[in-house]
Amino acid sequence: MTDPILKTHEITRFFGALKASDAVSIDLRPGEIHAIIGPNGAGKSTLIAQICGSLAPTSGRVEFQGRDVTGLSTRARSRAGLGRTFQISALAMEDSVLQNALLGALGASGRPWRFFGPALKDSALREQAEDALTRVGLQDDMHKRTAELSHGQRRQLEVAVALTLQPKAFVMDEPMAGLGSGGSKRLTGFLDGLREQAPILLVEHDMDAVFALADRISVLVYGKVIATGTVDEIRANKEVQDAYLGEDA
Amino acid sequence: MTFVLFAEQVLNGLQFGIMLFLMAAGLTLIFGVMGLINLAHGSLYMIGAFAAAAVAGATGSFLLALIAALAAAAAAGALVEIVVIRRLYDKDHLDQVLATFALILIFSEGTRWVFGSFPLFLNIPETLSGPVTLPGGIQYPLYRITLIVAGLLVAVGLGLLISRTRIGIQIRAGENDREMIAALGIDISRLYTLVFALGAALAGLAGALVGAIQSVQVGMGEPVLILAFVVIVIGGIGSIKGALIGSLLVGLTDTLGGVFLPQLFKLVMEPSAATNLGSSLASMAIYILMGAVLIWRPTGLFGARA
Amino acid sequence: MIRETHLNLGIIALLIAIPAWALMADEPFIITLMTRAVVFALAAVGLNIALGLGGLVSLGHAVFFGIGGYAMGILAHHAQTYTPLTEWPFLLEGTKSMPVIWLTAIVASTFAALVIGILSLRTAGVYFIMITLAFGQMFFFFAISWSAYGGEDGLSIYVRNGFPGLNTLVPVQYFGLCLVILLAALFLNARLAKSPFGLALNAARQTPARVETVGLDPTRLKLVAFVISGAITGLAGALFADLNRFVSPTMFSWQLSGEIMIFVIIGGVGRLFGPVVGALVFVALEHLLGGLSEYWHIYLGILLLLIVLFGRGGIIGMLCGRERLHD
Repeated sequence: MTDPILKTHEITRFFGALKASDAVSIDLRPGEIHAIIGPNGAGKSTLIAQICGSLAPTSGRVEFQGRDVTGLSTRARSRAGLGRTFQISALAMEDSVLQNALLGALGASGRPWRFFGPALKDSALREQAEDALTRVGLQDDMHKRTAELSHGQRRQLEVAVALTLQPKAFVMDEPMAGLGSGGSKRLTGFLDGLREQAPILLVEHDMDAVFALADRISVLVYGKVIATGTVDEIRANKEVQDAYLGEDA
Repeated sequence: MTFVLFAEQVLNGLQFGIMLFLMAAGLTLIFGVMGLINLAHGSLYMIGAFAAAAVAGATGSFLLALIAALAAAAAAGALVEIVVIRRLYDKDHLDQVLATFALILIFSEGTRWVFGSFPLFLNIPETLSGPVTLPGGIQYPLYRITLIVAGLLVAVGLGLLISRTRIGIQIRAGENDREMIAALGIDISRLYTLVFALGAALAGLAGALVGAIQSVQVGMGEPVLILAFVVIVIGGIGSIKGALIGSLLVGLTDTLGGVFLPQLFKLVMEPSAATNLGSSLASMAIYILMGAVLIWRPTGLFGARA
Repeated sequence: MIRETHLNLGIIALLIAIPAWALMADEPFIITLMTRAVVFALAAVGLNIALGLGGLVSLGHAVFFGIGGYAMGILAHHAQTYTPLTEWPFLLEGTKSMPVIWLTAIVASTFAALVIGILSLRTAGVYFIMITLAFGQMFFFFAISWSAYGGEDGLSIYVRNGFPGLNTLVPVQYFGLCLVILLAALFLNARLAKSPFGLALNAARQTPARVETVGLDPTRLKLVAFVISGAITGLAGALFADLNRFVSPTMFSWQLSGEIMIFVIIGGVGRLFGPVVGALVFVALEHLLGGLSEYWHIYLGILLLLIVLFGRGGIIGMLCGRERLHD
């Protein structure tokens, strides 16, 4: 088996007396989609924040591509190749769709200190941005103001911005949230193909999508991983059914 | 440099700091509860001073003058809150800055219109004039001592109001969670008007009290307002305790710096250059203090940590 | 709705036509007023880069305006009194040459903006507003106590400084010089807004978390914007001091910071020509209302209040609607 690209070692995070992450150890291997599921308040967002660097763990380590990145900023982790999408879209709403994608390409180029030539005319950046938008199916909406996009299109744009970074691994926080069943199916199909490019750590509530996509699933309850395994193993797991799946089923 | 001189300057610094506290407390309260940055707070200070000077001029009573200052500032505060300020709570800080800047223009020119451009004078009441001898043989004006005591009493009163009373509970709830106070069935808009008027009254009181030792004139409020901002940056937004500590720090730094920095430089350079350099540096001392606090603690000494 | 580019061209035409008319009608005072408006506009173009593009509500831009003013005052003062600024470590003489003065103003305000920016950007929101206001006051009091350069009274310059090939004492020639600088600044501003830096800065204003996740540093983007902004406002300060042949601590005052901000708001935040429209309207009001009533600031206050409460987007916003994408 190949070495994991992304790995957490027993990361624990306290908020006051509350243990939001309790010795969480998970990993993400090349070519896979690893889904994190769990009830609301299980600590999924806290976990993502620690993996991406916006929150420091109280103890434990985060490793990315074999390197300890626990002390690195969000920025440094992005530059190292961690591509993140937000649960609540964090897009520049006043700007066009294309400009948002260009921002990703600009970040990836690492050359923002150019003050004169128009960014839209930079063919390298533009090609990268348009390519990403085409891949998520937004090629016809490039010149729209982002605020005018539907909820689903914003989710697509989130993914497109992450694509422009050409990351080594994706961390996606509920990309399906708020999508209708059609949109959800489309995005599922797209993510399915994406794992070949880079593995995806997927936090998701949409169980149909998770069961369709995931190679492995980890179940988080009260900040603790209670089970990790293949779809079938998780479905069959008694503890998981009691703690989580039971309430939906 | 004698002990007496030093003690006197410390008292001056305390007196200045305590008056700054009256301004800063209102500002920080208004920001904490309503999330509003109010540049027109200096105008309320000015209104208090003018109301006091006018009433003292007409009646000769300092007590009536103080009551007039409190009433006029609170009324002006409540009025602008209802007419203008409450439309700003949902707007961004830029809009708040501009609208309250516009209020400064309106208040300042309006006051100039009514009272003219010449300063008014407010006399210290007979019973509080003259020096008093403190332990250690320090002669110090009774009125300034009264200011220190009065300011400390207000600080204690404000502390009790916030920690012990029903209205204080509502204020603290408002600082933490707007939905919470709505859920508790509190009339938010009345609470906001009340808090704003309270802050205004404190500013008006400060204006009247300080008006008796300085001249009362248009534009007197803004320098104090900006110092109160420095206090809040040092103390941390929304913290009354921070406002108190910050006020005293700023008051002492400014007063002691102005007196002692030139003397300090005289030890190493010729007198006139020392006076120049010393007073220039003293005028910057509190801002340097602010810069240092920013480097050390960007959200102030008692502000919520980000 | 008017196309914004058409409106902008109209404004440029106005900036040329009014002084041309004043020249023919022999109204030098109008030309001086227009110069005042153009210099204020330049100061506000500076602020607009920090405020409109970077979202930085700086209430201390008078610092840079004042530094530019004192750069002019100090250099020209030494030149007209034939005293060197300093003899050690090397001899430094004053100058009456505008290009040298401008360069000094830009360098000095760039440095000040860097220091103030680094400190102020450690925080955000209201703290940023209060801190920039406080730094403005610091420079104000420093200028008052700096008796070597006039203290509270400021410095007067007998003859306007010179520019190679022009007679700057002729009002219309000085106006032309200031207008060319303003147009150059607007051109740079337009390019900047569309550049990769402008794209990133624009996003840093709207969604700093996103900018971080694409690997860029939003604070550093804002700092660079603040520095560019301060440098332009500093240059405006040098021109303003030369227009009046006088510099005093009032160039550092908080009222002036507020006024520079008013220019931007009246015209339209983030709009390329917003500062120009705002400054023109302000100077016109100052002249017209100031002639009617001593207390014209009341009317200015009411107008400003109405624009904030009801007129989103300033004058350009009202005339042209929202900004177009991808022009």
